[in-house]
Amino acid sequence: MRGTGAQAARRTRARALAAAAALALVLPLGGCRLAGQDGVVRTGPCAGQQSTGITRDAVKVGGVYPLSGPASAYGAIAAGVRAYFGYVNAGGGVDGRRIEFVVRDDGYQPARAVEEVRRLVELDEVFAVFQTVGTPSTAAVRDYAARRRVPQVFVATGASRWGTDTAHPWTIGYQPSYVAEARVYAQHLKETAPQATVAVLYQNDDFGRDLRDGFADAVRDSGVRIVAEQSYEVTDPGVQGQLANLASSGADVLLSVTTPKFAAQAFAVDAAVTSWNPVHIVNSVAVSPAVMASVEAGKIREIVSAVYQKNAADPEWADDPAVGAYRESLLRYAPEADPASQQAMFGWTAAQAFVKALQRMECPTREGLRAAVHRLDEVPVDTLLPGITLSTGPGDGFPIESMMLARFEEGRWTSFGEVVDTRAVFGPVRTASAG
Amino acid sequence: MNIAEQTGRRRLAVGREAGDRRRVWPWPRVTLAALAAVACAAPFLLTPYRVFQLTMILVYGIALLGLNLVVGQSGQISLGHGAFLAVGAYTSAVATGPLGLPYPVVLPLSALLSFGLGLALGLPALRLRGAYLAVVTLAIAVVVPPVIKRFGAVTGGSMGLSASVPSAPPWSGLADDQWLYLLVLAVAAAALAAARNLLASRSGRALAAIRENPAAAEVLGVRIAAHRTLVFAWSAMYAGVAGTLYAWVVGFVSPDSFTVTLSIVLLAAAVVGGPDSPAGPLLGAVFLTFVPAAAQGAGDAAPGLVAGLVIVIVVCAAPAGLAGLLRMAAGAVARRLGRE
Repeated sequence: MRGTGAQAARRTRARALAAAAALALVLPLGGCRLAGQDGVVRTGPCAGQQSTGITRDAVKVGGVYPLSGPASAYGAIAAGVRAYFGYVNAGGGVDGRRIEFVVRDDGYQPARAVEEVRRLVELDEVFAVFQTVGTPSTAAVRDYAARRRVPQVFVATGASRWGTDTAHPWTIGYQPSYVAEARVYAQHLKETAPQATVAVLYQNDDFGRDLRDGFADAVRDSGVRIVAEQSYEVTDPGVQGQLANLASSGADVLLSVTTPKFAAQAFAVDAAVTSWNPVHIVNSVAVSPAVMASVEAGKIREIVSAVYQKNAADPEWADDPAVGAYRESLLRYAPEADPASQQAMFGWTAAQAFVKALQRMECPTREGLRAAVHRLDEVPVDTLLPGITLSTGPGDGFPIESMMLARFEEGRWTSFGEVVDTRAVFGPVRTASAG
Repeated sequence: MNIAEQTGRRRLAVGREAGDRRRVWPWPRVTLAALAAVACAAPFLLTPYRVFQLTMILVYGIALLGLNLVVGQSGQISLGHGAFLAVGAYTSAVATGPLGLPYPVVLPLSALLSFGLGLALGLPALRLRGAYLAVVTLAIAVVVPPVIKRFGAVTGGSMGLSASVPSAPPWSGLADDQWLYLLVLAVAAAALAAARNLLASRSGRALAAIRENPAAAEVLGVRIAAHRTLVFAWSAMYAGVAGTLYAWVVGFVSPDSFTVTLSIVLLAAAVVGGPDSPAGPLLGAVFLTFVPAAAQGAGDAAPGLVAGLVIVIVVCAAPAGLAGLLRMAAGAVARRLGRE
């Protein structure tokens, strides 16, 4: 097969020479590229800022949602967003710009989220990423967003790090942080049951630990005590074992820091164990119509959660014009979505916040959007509960920090008490979780 | 009757068998040079996203090259290569992140680590045959993600870990994605050359002998277990290197990226690409990168369905994989040209 040694040596030398020549040819070309230049504003006060994906009459926005996989329930958020953008476009767009919304599926896998966001930014050339869903996917994307200087705004996760992290100014959260939510529950317990014992079930990731740590911080130096803790992995099949361990503690309150599938299991076990009847606090991300439909209401003492947006299924808002517009648009632009779903309402409300931010841009650029989302002053959104507005500022990257408590009674959630402004009661969130 | 027919195996590639009179592609060197030129020019002609996709193809290509050593050359089945990819990726993320090591050190480090791990696991595993090896390697693939999650202090747990991305040195004047692409291309070229050298060497011939007829090979004095273990370690090293490059390209590693599904998909891609051919890994990687992305437009469950269908069609219609099809096409063209 092979030639003689001399031949082979000559051939190797010739090949090395050719490779060197090719490299010498290629390297001076460096930096230049025949395709894919980013748009930059040339003149005026916004000179030097990026205008990719935004023109006088259109703005292209990309979102990455878990349409498949274990968290596909959150795919309904995309439906809500699509409905609101459809509603805005029908009314002439944002300042005359039609919103073009490109949705991609990451299956709730962080690495896939990075790939899909890359595809959105580099191939579809979107103006901004609105939104990414879940703490892992958002954490995975934010380095890329910071490197490419692309706004990643109003991400659908309540981790407190989005608001406290100064190294990633292009990423900002939206919903009340898990720490804020934990504070609302702590406040409620301190007022209604100052000597309560609490058992905590939490998902062993940033989300779960964020809320658990926030709760532990908020009840410190009070009579409320955590007497038992159990964690589960998001890949676990179930939480029956953990619940059995918690039941043996006999705590007065069960704090269920879970995602929908595990929340439903926790409810089922709580209902089945007749010897233990705690007040069942469930965090807001776990609440979905499917979960609540499975609850055997008579067998659980009391179910409490925190809310901040209007509930389309609640008769209290049946005649509300904002909720009416939501129902109508959802039927027209995303008929597959259930209007009662908190996720669809979440998407609608967040999209509305996004449009308000777009309207507040001084420059129609990515930098302009980044500045706008960090400069919200009590901006009203009509599907948030009355008294809750969007506020950010220098050193405050948390748009919503107020919540209200709600009780699950007769098959629906009813809010009670006052709006709790956690910033006013507890001060700003300072602790960022690791990473 | 030759050995291949006796053992019921497919025929060897063109030119690898004595007395083979099948037509071969007459200009392998020119084609290779043209491909190399195109590969070098690509990052300057394409948009960043396409460059990124090409880089991913090369990364998976390196992993499949390694897998081919086990599947194609030694005739074994490994369902655990996703785990070695994870080892390489996490080595890179941890070494460049918390430990602060420079990039040039990380690549040999993770190569060494995955080679060692492959050797350690190969020692007991490769004394097993056929389905048993598949089961043992499957166990490796299943165990690795939970282990990564368990050591959250180092690995970031289920949240994953940001890996810092090598940026282009200022003297090159390249954009980051171009630099990364050329870096991966260089590693891929070196990997391909190393694999070819390995196969042309004594142990390459020993492997071919073991695959075609283990008993005959043993009689001739080939130490089967030693050769199989070594090739498994080499293969693991390739996967580890690919994992490191993966971390550089994607910039993020998480346990969910290296589930058992990845290992299975890698094996499927190796089979679809053609396990016994130098072009196979590249074609397999193209399949791995483009088919799911292209099928996503068709609907939610489409990627899985389409990938499954393609695998079934390829296995039924072209047992030698896409590379086999390519070879047949090339042979047909060569015959046509030869007649004129």
